[in-house]
Amino acid sequence: MNLDATFSALADPTRRAILARLAEGEASVMELAAPFALSQPAVSKHLRVLENAGLITKGRDGQRRPCKIEMAPLNAANDWIERYQQIWEQNYVRLDNLLEALKQDAPEARGKRKKK
Amino acid sequence: MPAPAQVTLPSDREVRVTRQFNAPRQLVWDAHTKPDLMPKWLGYPGWDMPIREIDLRVGGKYRWQWKNDAEGQQFGMLGTFTEVDAPSRIAHEQYFDPDGTGSPVGDAWTVSLDLSEENSVTTLVCTMQYVSKEARDNSLATGMTDGMEFSYSRLDGLVAEAG
Repeated sequence: MNLDATFSALADPTRRAILARLAEGEASVMELAAPFALSQPAVSKHLRVLENAGLITKGRDGQRRPCKIEMAPLNAANDWIERYQQIWEQNYVRLDNLLEALKQDAPEARGKRKKK
Repeated sequence: MPAPAQVTLPSDREVRVTRQFNAPRQLVWDAHTKPDLMPKWLGYPGWDMPIREIDLRVGGKYRWQWKNDAEGQQFGMLGTFTEVDAPSRIAHEQYFDPDGTGSPVGDAWTVSLDLSEENSVTTLVCTMQYVSKEARDNSLATGMTDGMEFSYSRLDGLVAEAG
């Protein structure tokens, strides 16, 4: 999984909007271009970035080539952030406990503090 | 218990962690800056924090080092404080020292910690800014910011052995 490509593709608001549209179901380039103030070539360019990142695939339905969202890279990106979050949270739960102990030791720390 | 930490990506080069604590700001500040308090929470089970040098002033340096209790493996973080405004804000440039020799590798990133207090609840916002998007993503992907990759790789090894 190329996380760089995933994050890079997701860094653009238009591409995120395209993905949000595709999350509702498959759509052609023309259908995707309609809600945006963009030409079809501009949309095609965004779609190429998304396709290279593995975030979408293009099917074949006669002349139509509907775009379909692929969830795997999105899930991978979420997994990294989630794991990162867990690392911090583990530390912060320990910090919660330490702070409780410190509050017991220093009752004046509760409520108003007289000095800085 | 406070809500779990939230991780956001405010820009291509940044990661931000936000968390609230049911404690006065001064105590949260102390826990982040006092060498005798840091090892009590910063790190992870099975790792000691034998080196925790802090010269808490602008331009002052710090060196934190962790050591695995069982295997003796070490790594560290070191850097220089760029802003110190007790008890509300601290910023520093941080390097990763992969084998704890005091010789860091790679580019520095900046860490800024902002603490605000309201109704005896302290909100912590920790923002890490990297030299590039690639560096940011690498850090996210490896969890290296806290050197945690070590514990994970060790865990992966244990899981592999058990399997």
